[in-house]
Amino acid sequence: MKFTLSWLKKHLETTATLEEISARLTALGLEVEGIENPGEALSPFTVCHIIEAKQHPNADRLKVCEVETKFGRKQIVCGAPNARTGLKTVFAPEGSLIPATGMVLKPSTIRGIDSCGMMVSGQEMGLPGEHKGIIEAPADAPIGQSLTELLGINDVVIEINLTPNRGDCAGVYGIARDLAASGLGTLKTLPTPTLHATFPSSVSVRVEDETLCPYFIGRVIRGVKNGPSPKWLQEALKAIGLRPISALVDITNYFSFDLARPLHVFDLSKIHGSELVVRAAKDDETLVALNDQTYSLTKGMTVIADNQRVLALAGVMGGKDSGCNMETTDVFLEVAQFDPMTIAKTGRALSITSDARYRFERGIDAAAMPRYTDLATQMILELCGGEASQCVIAGAPPAQRKRVPFKPEYVKTLGGADVSLEEITGILTRLGFEFESTQAVAPSWRPDIVGSADLVEEVLRVKGYDCLPVAQLELTTIVATSVVSPFQRIYSQAIRTLASQGLMECHNFSFICNAHALAFGMSDPQFAVINPLSDDLAVMRPSLLASLLAAAARNQTRGFTSLALCEAGTIFSAKEKNLEQRTIATLRIGDATVRQVQKGARSVDAFDAKADTLSVLETFGVSSAQIISDTPSYFHPGRSACYKIGQTVVACFGELHPDILKLFDLKGPVVGCEVYVEKIPLPKVKGHARTTLKLLPFQPISRDFAFIANESVAAESIIKAIRNVERTLITDARMFDEYRGKGMEEGKKSLAVCVTLQPQEKTFTDNEIEAISQKIIAAVQKNTGALLRSGESALSSDKTV
Amino acid sequence: MSLPLDLSPELVDEYQALEATDSLQKLEELRVSLLGKEGKLTLRVKDIAKVAPEQRKSEGQKRNQEKLLFETLLQAKKATLEKRALDARLQEEKIDLTLPIRHQSKGKIHPLTQTFDEIVEIFSQWGFVLAEGPQIESDDFNFTKLNIPPNHPARQMQDTFYMPTSEDGQERVLRTHTSPVQVRTMLTQKPPIRIIVPGRVFRNDSDATHSPQFHQLEALVIDEIGKVTMAHLKGTLLNFFRIFFGIDDLPLRFRPSFFPFTEPSAEIDIGCRKNKGELTLGNYGDWLELGGCGMVNPLVLENCGLDSTRYQGFAFGMGYDRMAMIKYGIPDIRGFFESDVRWLSHYGFSPLDIPSLAKGSIR
Repeated sequence: MKFTLSWLKKHLETTATLEEISARLTALGLEVEGIENPGEALSPFTVCHIIEAKQHPNADRLKVCEVETKFGRKQIVCGAPNARTGLKTVFAPEGSLIPATGMVLKPSTIRGIDSCGMMVSGQEMGLPGEHKGIIEAPADAPIGQSLTELLGINDVVIEINLTPNRGDCAGVYGIARDLAASGLGTLKTLPTPTLHATFPSSVSVRVEDETLCPYFIGRVIRGVKNGPSPKWLQEALKAIGLRPISALVDITNYFSFDLARPLHVFDLSKIHGSELVVRAAKDDETLVALNDQTYSLTKGMTVIADNQRVLALAGVMGGKDSGCNMETTDVFLEVAQFDPMTIAKTGRALSITSDARYRFERGIDAAAMPRYTDLATQMILELCGGEASQCVIAGAPPAQRKRVPFKPEYVKTLGGADVSLEEITGILTRLGFEFESTQAVAPSWRPDIVGSADLVEEVLRVKGYDCLPVAQLELTTIVATSVVSPFQRIYSQAIRTLASQGLMECHNFSFICNAHALAFGMSDPQFAVINPLSDDLAVMRPSLLASLLAAAARNQTRGFTSLALCEAGTIFSAKEKNLEQRTIATLRIGDATVRQVQKGARSVDAFDAKADTLSVLETFGVSSAQIISDTPSYFHPGRSACYKIGQTVVACFGELHPDILKLFDLKGPVVGCEVYVEKIPLPKVKGHARTTLKLLPFQPISRDFAFIANESVAAESIIKAIRNVERTLITDARMFDEYRGKGMEEGKKSLAVCVTLQPQEKTFTDNEIEAISQKIIAAVQKNTGALLRSGESALSSDKTV
Repeated sequence: MSLPLDLSPELVDEYQALEATDSLQKLEELRVSLLGKEGKLTLRVKDIAKVAPEQRKSEGQKRNQEKLLFETLLQAKKATLEKRALDARLQEEKIDLTLPIRHQSKGKIHPLTQTFDEIVEIFSQWGFVLAEGPQIESDDFNFTKLNIPPNHPARQMQDTFYMPTSEDGQERVLRTHTSPVQVRTMLTQKPPIRIIVPGRVFRNDSDATHSPQFHQLEALVIDEIGKVTMAHLKGTLLNFFRIFFGIDDLPLRFRPSFFPFTEPSAEIDIGCRKNKGELTLGNYGDWLELGGCGMVNPLVLENCGLDSTRYQGFAFGMGYDRMAMIKYGIPDIRGFFESDVRWLSHYGFSPLDIPSLAKGSIR
């Protein structure tokens, strides 16, 4: 909402400065977005009078002028052909900045004659239009009058960011009322129209659905003469960025911005029949609107039609061919109230933003309609002549103004501010509220007031929010356990654990491109954004890996080929009861260890992904999970696995499928994992105490075993078989070698395990160790078919840990 | 070293041999020849019986002393030679420690996670519990229950991403704010309520200062009438900003505004100075808008099943990506979601730098 300072002062008697007004507007909730002062640059320049213009003694084209200025008599050398004795023109003093050239005027001597300042042309002042010579001011312009005043462009344009609830401040009058209520001046009363309606309206109005148009006033004005509007009106509109069109159109725009009262004027000669109908649009109707666009209408929209066609899109925009032009002589003035929701919906559906829509969807002052109709009529009669008919009226304004309980103590109990009853009622009264016993009656221009809380806001904003004291919350609700849930705590710990293992934490978009989503198994249309910003951000992601792979590809194009990324975020899947699942994923690409002096360079492999998986699982307190080889299609089928707890897959990890690398255009190797942390049962908490630590006085011993197993035997099954032999004595069994090839039968492999034995009551005798060893060998054979490697003794190593 | 004056002449050679020994091996051979079972000094002590009785006592003493002397000398020599050998070995083992260490990749925590943890830490002291909600939200929770009816102009304050209607006929959107978590909380919990909701939200908008995805910090406090007022809202925000930004006198200003879900409503400004594109927070007279807040609209309370004649409360919301940008001097919001490793490495945090109130302004 834009308006000028002088427009505001038409309604507000005030001595406040622009700065005061601007600060108060913002304090009132009418946030000032910008202040433009186009005249500012012209302020140093003032009217002067050439007392005498003589020929320059040393130059044919120059004149030496004696000039009376605001600063006294000056001698100025001037080259303008129109510099002549008696001319009133404009003086630029030394030190002033010439707007068009950006030069600061300095004292000068021209062909031997001193020249103090300058007389200026319109071009030098940056004024639009053609200019010949220096500015010619009217003969009666007083010396010293500023150029801005002379040109009538000394107006400041203020733009406020109007919130959707303040339809009343979509007009300058409403803004003035708010300022006055806050004590920044006095609101001037609007003139009372004096009209003589001499004849009945030849056009009647019928409203088909009163919910669409609760109230409609119209009248015919005949014998008008349309033409350009007066200069003051044109300037007022131009200052706020509107193009003057004709007196009739300019008047409607003026009312929109002055009183937040949108009007429409139909050319009577273009109305077929004698009845206007306000009705819902039909699906096949179209309208060529004032902006020359053709719109296809639908049932949800409201139109004004005659007996043949749609004339206007009610409350949004008029039709081109029923509008006024310079030949118009008879008009029908429409002053209506339309349903804000319908207007908003229509405007959005057709992408029309108009000054009328802006006001109707915020709500207009229906009670003021008769008066505003007469004021508008009067202005038309004044500017265009003609005579007005009696009004035709359909519907009625709301029978009652809105009433809300008036609870002055609420300012304290809700707002927390101490404001006296006198001040509360004073503020509300100045805003137009009235009081009836325990009720406050809202003014008709404030449809946004619906409850007592609104009154608190009115009081506080008019008094100024700075009146709010600072109070501290009582600490009665201290949470002794934790303000985060156990899940939230572990989730946060897990991502920090991964970062401590060298992974960069990312936050990627929740939506990804369709092709990537498909590659990760997402085809459910319920996760496709209906109005995506771009194709890259079109589908809610089914996997964090998809996001990380895309991120990795972007980094590789920047030259970073080895990457370690992780993310904790939400994935979307229709398979789960909870469509959104918090998940943690990692992605490692390229070098695990770079070439280095200490050697040991290697690329990432599936075990890096397994390590990441295990660190997340461990953080979540998972001590045992079953590993299976059945993984989603985006993994390498032979180099990936899943962890299951019971029947639930809680994690997948491994090398990514070559097709995926191709899709994302990545250079490998690429390994990753995804842990479905919401599916992991949270660890059971049994107080803070740990189990008692039992420190045994006996050293553990370790023994190495090498088994020959069929290729199909999983290493873990051997470990499991060993661990199950003796749960207390065998404290660890760790695979340290896997061997195939020379000396090994085809289809067989050798697996070496180091087993740690912990004596419980006394140190082991050789016989006891031998006995356990035999049990281990037997158990492995029984469970996996693997045999102790021949020629090796179970006691091949006697090292102790 | 000169000879001991009273050394028996027959030991002079041995003494000199000992002096001249330059290896541990030769020293050991010498030791055996002197002090071994058949060693010269061993035998001298043993053969004392062959000495004339009148000299036996003094001679015996002398021989014992000389044996002791050689034992001491051998030991000292051994120590000297051992030290020399060790020195030589250490010299040989010298390495160039200007060489780089083994490769270690350094992981970093994203500034958003860090800021999230900071926020949770600060609000924890006032008993605010962390609450969460889904990113795909029903139109009802995102708008209608928050007093934003369909087609209300306020819906245009937020550019919404729409999702297909769910199977049970619910209109769905990507949540445009974290406020639907207020609704979820009020529908399921009894006051007093104190929650914070840091979470991901979506708006159909993108430029240097807007991302289609960003993160909002929402808070909701509900208690009986009069217990939490707009003054408490102001106090809570003032405390929060001062701790978060680590500025003791950071000023806060409320500006009237409009949000359908609060009444009265305010925009939140904090003090700053803007100088040639550089922003400095503090008590400098200029203001920076950070978010919106207000007293929960009684209509919203009623929509969520709370008796508005008994309960009231406050709520606020602000973008914490933006707060992180201001605090940590990050220029462009789009960098947050780009996953550029250079950006992550530069703006990220050590995973062990866990925000803590005790350790001061929460970094």
